Amino acid sequence: MLSIRNLHATADGKSILKGINLEVPAGEVHAIMGPNGSGKSTLSHVLAGRDGYEITEGKVTFDGESLLEKKPEDRARAGVFLAFQYPVELPGVSNVYFLKAALNAVRKARGEDPLDAMDFMKLAREKAKLVELDDGLVKRAVNAGFSGGEKKRNEIFQMAMLEPKLAILDETDSGLDIDALATVSKGVNALRDKARSMLIITHYQRLLDYIVPDVVHVLVNGQIARTGDKELAKELEAKGYAEFTGRAVS
Amino acid sequence: MSSTDQIQDRLSQEYDAGFVTDIEQDFAPPGLSEDIIRFISAKKKEPEWLLEYRLKAYRLWTEMTEPVWPKLKIAPVDYQGISYYAAPKEGPKSLDEVDPEILETFEKLGIPLHERAALAGVAVDAVFDSVSVATTFKGKLAEMGVIFCSFSEAVENHPDLIKKYLGSVVPSTDNFYAALNAAVFTDGSFVYIPKGVRCPMELSTYFRINAANTGQFERTLIIADEGSHVSYLEGCTAPMRDENQLHAAVVELVAHKDAEIKYSTVQNWYPGNKDGVGGIYNFVTKRGICEGANSKISWTQVETGSSITWKYPSCILKGDGSVGEFFSVAISNNYQQADTGTKMIHLGCNTKSTIVSKGITAGHGQQTYRGSVRIGKNAENARNYTQCDSLLLGDTCGAHTIPYVEVKNKSSTLEHEATTSKIGDDQLFYCRQRGLSEEDAVNLIVNGFCKEVLKELPMEFAVEAQKLLEVSLEGAVG
Ligand SMILES: Nc1ncnc2c1ncn2[C@@H]1O[C@H](COP(=O)(O)OP(=O)(O)OP(=O)(O)O)[C@@H](O)[C@H]1O
Ligand SMILES: [Mg+2]
Repeated sequence: MLSIRNLHATADGKSILKGINLEVPAGEVHAIMGPNGSGKSTLSHVLAGRDGYEITEGKVTFDGESLLEKKPEDRARAGVFLAFQYPVELPGVSNVYFLKAALNAVRKARGEDPLDAMDFMKLAREKAKLVELDDGLVKRAVNAGFSGGEKKRNEIFQMAMLEPKLAILDETDSGLDIDALATVSKGVNALRDKARSMLIITHYQRLLDYIVPDVVHVLVNGQIARTGDKELAKELEAKGYAEFTGRAVS
Repeated sequence: MSSTDQIQDRLSQEYDAGFVTDIEQDFAPPGLSEDIIRFISAKKKEPEWLLEYRLKAYRLWTEMTEPVWPKLKIAPVDYQGISYYAAPKEGPKSLDEVDPEILETFEKLGIPLHERAALAGVAVDAVFDSVSVATTFKGKLAEMGVIFCSFSEAVENHPDLIKKYLGSVVPSTDNFYAALNAAVFTDGSFVYIPKGVRCPMELSTYFRINAANTGQFERTLIIADEGSHVSYLEGCTAPMRDENQLHAAVVELVAHKDAEIKYSTVQNWYPGNKDGVGGIYNFVTKRGICEGANSKISWTQVETGSSITWKYPSCILKGDGSVGEFFSVAISNNYQQADTGTKMIHLGCNTKSTIVSKGITAGHGQQTYRGSVRIGKNAENARNYTQCDSLLLGDTCGAHTIPYVEVKNKSSTLEHEATTSKIGDDQLFYCRQRGLSEEDAVNLIVNGFCKEVLKELPMEFAVEAQKLLEVSLEGAVG
């Protein structure tokens, strides 16, 4: 599904990704953990096609096609979804209107007919229930005035609506209270599918108790420092990153 | 194709009302003099008092100069180079006699004039260059006592009303363009809603400049008698021409006790090309007076066209408890310039005004919001709320906010909020990550930005306005 080879990227002349190699087969859930500033969000942005990064080396293929030349909207239409670490507010733009436009753009790319207002609302209600997103929020302006947790929930709601092939979740757990974490995780698990891959960026083992990953990677200083199974996350939780960064935790 | 090419490509096709209709027309020779005014007045078979009114305005005008305070760069206008009268040769007597070419023009613009085809519930007065060519649903309205006709017909059939109200809100002395209009106005719409009548349909006037080297100077007068209610919409377009054309209109509204007038404008005069060549100079004086207690006047405008816009729809809140509103969206793309806003003049007690202005600038567009709120010394407990937001697309455009406030009564409450924002890269990326193209993302964000104003428009026209916004901003990012 996703194959990253020797990916190097810089921003404002600063080297951030320094040779990333990663294979995520269809249907697998991979977790990425790593210290602050190690390049996790940068990796997610580069995959989604955000401006401001220079790819100096490497190759990414997604679903058999080279990804890095594509415009962000074309990647999204091909099935790449990014749940943002910091979701963006769009004042005055209703969630419903926004998502309908997005979903129909994605459907068009898949060769499907656009959904009419009725069918769309039906689907939206069903998916909102999945992550227990309040009906009022569904109708409000995109993320405007949403609490931190509500924004994260809204990201997963959007993912459920768009049904991507590859979902990248950047710290979706941060800002969620204990109950919300369980609900959102349940939503994510419901979307696990043999045709869908997930890349889950997190700092906490807690999330991985709910969403059990097939593989765990440790990203340090722009490189994958180690890859293991779910036990690796537990080990990190206990010992921190000292082993990788060479700095002892006092 | 490079992205700049694509932008150029889109821009070159942006104004789709820019065609010319080929019909025989009557013209006045270019130039302005007392003789020309006599010519216009004679053409229109006007009574003596109206000719006198015009001549007086003309004499005033010759003593006046163009205002210099707007933040606008304008090439000098040669007032002697313009023809002040252009009319289709055959004046129609009824709708069936309207020149088919003209009917077709309005059809092309999406304004069907045949009553059976007309938008359900909207009566239309269509003004083609200097004259009104058709007013629909007249009969149905007359049953309720509503008068909706061209200005010329009103002069003929309702001279007392015209004499009483013409120039009562915007006197000829008001400003340079108002004086010019009073001297040479050729047609426009007249509306009278009798006591206690709620006008059963939207009234709409559609202005079209067709002839080259002419100006358009229309005059609109709307009177809402006690306890009546009317919603009125004005739309306009012009062909694409390389010369600038002048449009100097005057609109006067009078709301009596408990009456309400809602006046909406979708202004789409030709904005000039991408290099700023051509386009309409739009100098308009619009003012309403809330004459009686608890009356209300509400202006909503969506200004997407014209190369120059100079326009301040205003309210004089004379009646106690009267309400004035101004909702505006203005777009300046390419080399368009707009200096627009409103004046709210509070004279009565417990008067209330609301101003919501949304300015969008792109390309080399320049825009100024100029607003004035005045609280007179007898206006106890007057209230004003002003919100003024600017959205910038790109780095080569400019937005300015100039609010004037004059308070002579301490019991008043004034609130002012202003924001300037840019469409953020993060917003665009967020939308694109969900599958929207960059253009769609911009439209979505702009629509969100304007929502508070667009929702004030009558339903049928909100859709049209939304489309216009999109067209006006095509190629504005990328
Ligand atoms: N545009 C930029 N210009 C310069 N430096 C940048 C830019 N974008 C990111 N960086 C730097 O790159 C490094 C990696 O940032 P990134 O956001 O990818 O980290 P992260 O692993 O997601 O961290 P966190 O766990 O705190 O979210 C940081 O040091 C950050 O300051
Ligand atoms: Mg991060």
